[in-house]
Amino acid sequence: MDHGNVGGLGFLAPAPGRKGLLSWIGTTDHKRIGLLYMGCVGFMFFCGAALGMILRLKLMTPGSTLVGPQTYNAMFTLHGVIMIFLVVIPSIPASLGNILLPLQIGAEDVSFPRLNLFSWWLYVLGATLAVVSIFTGSGAPDTGWTFYVPFSERTTTNVSLAVTAVTILGFSSILTGLNFVTTIHRLRAPGMTWTRLPLFVWSLYATAWIQVLATPILGITLVLVFAERVLNLGLFDPGRGGDPLLYQHLFWIYSHPAVYIMVLPAMGVISDIIPVFARKNIFGYKMIAFSSLAIAFAGSLVWAHHMFTSGMSDTAVLVFSFLTFIVAIPSAIKVFNWVSTLYKGSISVEPPLLFSLGFIFMFSVGGLTGLVQGAAGTDIHVHDTYFIVGHFHYVIFGGTGLGMFAALHFWLPKIFGRMYDRGVAKLSFWIILVGMNVLYFPMFILGLEGLPRRYYDYLPKYAHGQVLSTIGSWILAVGLVIMFANLYRGMRRGPLAGDNPWGAATLEWTTSSPPPTNNFEVEPVVTHGPYDFRGVARHE
Amino acid sequence: MSEHRDYAGGKLGMWIFLFTEILLFGGLFLLYAAYLHRYPADFNAGGKQLDVVLGAANTIILITSSFTVAASITALRLGQTARCLWLLAATVALALGFLVNKFFEWSAKIGHGIYPGSQHLLQMPPGENLFFGLYYAMTGLHGLHVLIGATLLSVTAALVRKGRVTQGNFGLLENAGLYWHLVDLVWIFLFPLFYLIA
Ligand code: HEM
Ligand SMILES: [Cu+2]
Repeated sequence: MDHGNVGGLGFLAPAPGRKGLLSWIGTTDHKRIGLLYMGCVGFMFFCGAALGMILRLKLMTPGSTLVGPQTYNAMFTLHGVIMIFLVVIPSIPASLGNILLPLQIGAEDVSFPRLNLFSWWLYVLGATLAVVSIFTGSGAPDTGWTFYVPFSERTTTNVSLAVTAVTILGFSSILTGLNFVTTIHRLRAPGMTWTRLPLFVWSLYATAWIQVLATPILGITLVLVFAERVLNLGLFDPGRGGDPLLYQHLFWIYSHPAVYIMVLPAMGVISDIIPVFARKNIFGYKMIAFSSLAIAFAGSLVWAHHMFTSGMSDTAVLVFSFLTFIVAIPSAIKVFNWVSTLYKGSISVEPPLLFSLGFIFMFSVGGLTGLVQGAAGTDIHVHDTYFIVGHFHYVIFGGTGLGMFAALHFWLPKIFGRMYDRGVAKLSFWIILVGMNVLYFPMFILGLEGLPRRYYDYLPKYAHGQVLSTIGSWILAVGLVIMFANLYRGMRRGPLAGDNPWGAATLEWTTSSPPPTNNFEVEPVVTHGPYDFRGVARHE
Repeated sequence: MSEHRDYAGGKLGMWIFLFTEILLFGGLFLLYAAYLHRYPADFNAGGKQLDVVLGAANTIILITSSFTVAASITALRLGQTARCLWLLAATVALALGFLVNKFFEWSAKIGHGIYPGSQHLLQMPPGENLFFGLYYAMTGLHGLHVLIGATLLSVTAALVRKGRVTQGNFGLLENAGLYWHLVDLVWIFLFPLFYLIA
């Protein structure tokens, strides 16, 4: 198939009318908005990663080195706030989801294009305020990304501005979710039935519902922290009858579901990539789609597993421990289905597949250690230790991060019409994988040995693990630099990629690369499932 | 970019948005429930200090305004633009009435030394402190919604006048109306929880 604009610029071409910067920051084209998000998320990722590297460098040696304790507290707080709220939550849905959702369902745009742009502006506002909070007031926030009361009420650092920023980011996330749900319900192309939706769309759908239903709780919780500080309400102040435990409940009612906002889209990416490189229909399409919804539902009932040691009743601990085990089931279903899809497939080991396999490995480690924490008995031992830090970095960085990288390697040729160097991509993958494991695996052992998280200093007996972990961070950094440089180079100067370089069967590969502004020259009519490769050829 | 109008899509989006608003208040209702359970006697005592007459007046005002906004939608759909505008003006006037009322109520309370962090409140039992903390948080957030709703209705009215929202294209007015009903609905819960609890 030739669309006559191979090598053309599609939606990237200067738009008639508006010019330059304005044609980007004032655009309502979902693809451009997606790229705006991608640029911002990439930049924030760089900032967050730099902070992380400095933290690791400090931790390599015990005692007071490199930065002072107060700076250290501010830095891990910012690292967490930036990575969670500015990078991971918007990463896949708001950037790639924005670009791909309409393409994958055969629509011209999302349901509310202007609202979409507004969400991005809210994101920019939130990000700016978050950055401003570092440099203004009396010191950068030092509460940790969880803003636990009563400390967050009492500390004199700039917490008020930081919670305002996060509240605004929450609103941005809500509006994106609302837009996606409506789009998926209303704008599917003719023939795009619910069981023909690519699994990435299904995962975005489940994610969008969590964004809509959970984020308002974060909003009100942080508004209350703000009110506590500024208006002196005393709702969480034990000195005036308030109960800090209720803050923790409210916070985790959002923040546990939020971990599924982070990981579900990555799972969708993996479900879309694996069949393409196994040349085989996905194993258990309906179960994967259903398990996304099941995760969204069950994941909203387990929040108090973050509070086993906070002084809840034993009954609550038992119930939440039990529910936590339930939520692992749909996650495991997905892992088994991906592996079964690979079984007896004709596998071609391209970079997107490698990153996907990395995801499966890292997520499995993270998920299984999650169960260690979900069991109330063992969690008493590992809670608030480095074990937790290991766990969530495996799931978030090893999971969502590698999922995002897999998605970039898979879809960048579609978005920019150019291919990166695949050999270098594979090399960067292996370095990243090794780096991550050297960086995070020692944390499990350190945690089991009792090293508390968020401490500035540590006993000499933990030194070995700390050094190893810091060395891992360097390996990882090297891998990341190679990967991003390779992607950037491919995007600017790589060879033309063709419309369907991987021979994938979902709709976005039927239009040209990069796609034209209105996505499809003629409205597509869908006649087959998303992983039905009969008659689909590679087009490079 | 082609301007496509999807009535059902707009409605769906609005309903989802209303859901998020309910959840926003939901966090506060949760706190209310937990603290009521812990300090029933103090909440009773707190409720006694609120003016039921003012609260009831505001309830009547809001219910009436819900009626006028609903009627304005019907009027527009029947093509009676003038009546629609008149009814919208009445709704906004009622909203302002609500806020004025609220202003006097809050000022009276503050005049009695009952406000967040006040010396007077600190001497009261912990449950009453929480009761009034929640009172200010919840009615304050609700008041903010009244303000937003009134603004939204005013903007919509302006668009009706300009002929941008019409008999054939009344989606925006309907959604603004839905929002206003939500504001009303939240108050229907706040009123008994604070004023009738005693
Ligand atoms: C099978 C799935 C999972 C289970 C059973 C699980 C279980 C848990 C438990 C019980 C804790 C609390 C431990 C403690 O503080 O003592 C925890 C912490 C955490 N989990 Fe998971 N988890 C799972 C998956 C995930 C995923 C997919 C993510 C993110 C993408 C994630 C992110 C986090 C984070 C960020 C924390 C730490 C929060 C903090 O205190 O700062 N988890 N997990
Ligand atoms: Cu959790």
